[in-house]
Amino acid sequence: MINKKLYLSKNIFQKDIEKETPRQGYGEGLVEAGEKDENVVVLCADVAESTRCSLFKQRFSERFIETGVAEQALATIAAGMAVYGKIPFISSYAVFSPGRNWEQIRTTIALNDVPVKIVGSHAGISVGPDGATHQALEDIALMRVTPNIVVVAPADTIETKKAIIEAAKNGKPTYIRFAREKIPIFTTEATPFKIGRAEILWESKFPQAAIIACGPLVYEALLAARELEKNAIEVLVINSHTIKPLDEREIIRAAKITGAIVTAEEHQVAGGLGGSVSELLARNYPVPIEFVGMPDCFGESGLANELLEKYKMESGGILEAVKKVIIKKGK
Amino acid sequence: MSTLSLAELEKKANEIRSDIIRMLQKAKSGHSAGSLGMAEVFTALYFSILNHDPKKPDWPERDRLILSNGHICPARYAAMAHAGYFPREWLWKLRSLGSPLQGHPERLRLPGVETTSGPLGCGLAQAAGIAYAARMDNARFRVFCITSDGEHDEGNHWEAVMFAGKYNLSNLTVFVDRNNIQIDGFTEDVMPLEPLVDKYKSFNWHVLDIDGHNIQEIINAVEHARAVYENPTVIIAHTIPGKGVSFMENLPEWHGKAPTKEEARKALNELKILKGKIRNGQK
Repeated sequence: MINKKLYLSKNIFQKDIEKETPRQGYGEGLVEAGEKDENVVVLCADVAESTRCSLFKQRFSERFIETGVAEQALATIAAGMAVYGKIPFISSYAVFSPGRNWEQIRTTIALNDVPVKIVGSHAGISVGPDGATHQALEDIALMRVTPNIVVVAPADTIETKKAIIEAAKNGKPTYIRFAREKIPIFTTEATPFKIGRAEILWESKFPQAAIIACGPLVYEALLAARELEKNAIEVLVINSHTIKPLDEREIIRAAKITGAIVTAEEHQVAGGLGGSVSELLARNYPVPIEFVGMPDCFGESGLANELLEKYKMESGGILEAVKKVIIKKGK
Repeated sequence: MSTLSLAELEKKANEIRSDIIRMLQKAKSGHSAGSLGMAEVFTALYFSILNHDPKKPDWPERDRLILSNGHICPARYAAMAHAGYFPREWLWKLRSLGSPLQGHPERLRLPGVETTSGPLGCGLAQAAGIAYAARMDNARFRVFCITSDGEHDEGNHWEAVMFAGKYNLSNLTVFVDRNNIQIDGFTEDVMPLEPLVDKYKSFNWHVLDIDGHNIQEIINAVEHARAVYENPTVIIAHTIPGKGVSFMENLPEWHGKAPTKEEARKALNELKILKGKIRNGQK
């Protein structure tokens, strides 16, 4: 059942639950971060409207810097500004930043250990009709393997806003990625959020498996949990919005309680949240794991829901993975 | 800022050059040609141009010097040691385990190094970022950036050239070490850069073309750049790679090589004779 202490939306399972693109939360978070700290600046690679950093531009035009379609310059100019003392947020699509400019991020942001906030919009397969070229499915891996970088994939627009506001204050290179599509707003302003702390959204008395998810698939995991409950299968659902540093204590605890894990993310199975969780558990408490994510292939054009279904990343796919991992555990 | 005479600056450049040879020989690896070629530029910067305090490397009002082509850091390290940033003995630990003097310079390991560099084409954008941020805050310091000619092959560099031109970053002055060599050979064979002056002009930059071994010209060019309020300035400094050591000059194979003990001995001997000429005013 839903964890009541997290003040999730009362409409969480209503058909008419309000939806919003997390990009909106990004724009609103930027404005609030900008109000709180005048060192916050926003750099944009010709995607102000589509990433909604235009909201910051409208409010603080003097702190908004347009670099043109030049993601390598985007990262390196921001690195210079951060070396000087600013807190730059850099806006682009995840495929291009941190995709195209990975080495610049590695050397001038991560190795320098300066607080540039890399914001990758349009992440995941749900980018849809634009096709494989624009569906970032490797970005978490790129950032997670790079020392010093904090990696966050918030679950809805409210959580995105909170992540942006907290990232502005954490003093670290930070990568925040989110999807383009509208996602049910299932958290509220009152829902606790802290980078590095996973939250158990769905609890059970005798859980047989734990679903650890990030980004838009957290909501899909909750839908799967409700469906599984009807079939008398009890699970935990953990929102692991922070992939690095992983909430190790919570995840090891879930493995000990359930003995079976499913990870779910709009990302390649290799190197993302699933990789991160399995590295942790292999060292500390090995249990069977099933991975929901892209199986080492590229996406294609299609509607978001069509693609999520095709690649088994919606609630149905998560549900099947849970059943599979429970069988594995029983062997 | 020091008050060294021109002859004293030339002597200083010669000392820095000698220390570059010593460091590289001890490290047994590193980049000789570019480091030697930029001895005068680093000397002019650290001993005449920069507004800085070696005892307070974090002084907020200091001029910023970004070295984009990080591989010529032996020249920067030697100049910093002579300027008093750290004891000269540190130079002999270049590239060794635990040394603040990394093979390519790192911001977090050596105070006074503004940013980590080595991967080419990234320095100008960072310098432009600092210059832009400084202007936002009405800060008075100036930003200097040293780039190699070879790294002009990098797209990132030209993205930054466009950016600095667009925003008229007149507090930014860039040196191009125009020594005509890169790892695979001469720049005009690997990937032609000429007409370089025209390229920068067309990107809305103020361009100066100088002899990169003439300290007076270097100082004058920077003074000139200070008076330009409309554009960033690029100083194309023509240098001889390996300058001062006859068997290294103008040879691409010395780009990424360190001298052996015997080669270092010969090189230091040549530099000693040169020093005598400077003292006697024959150079």
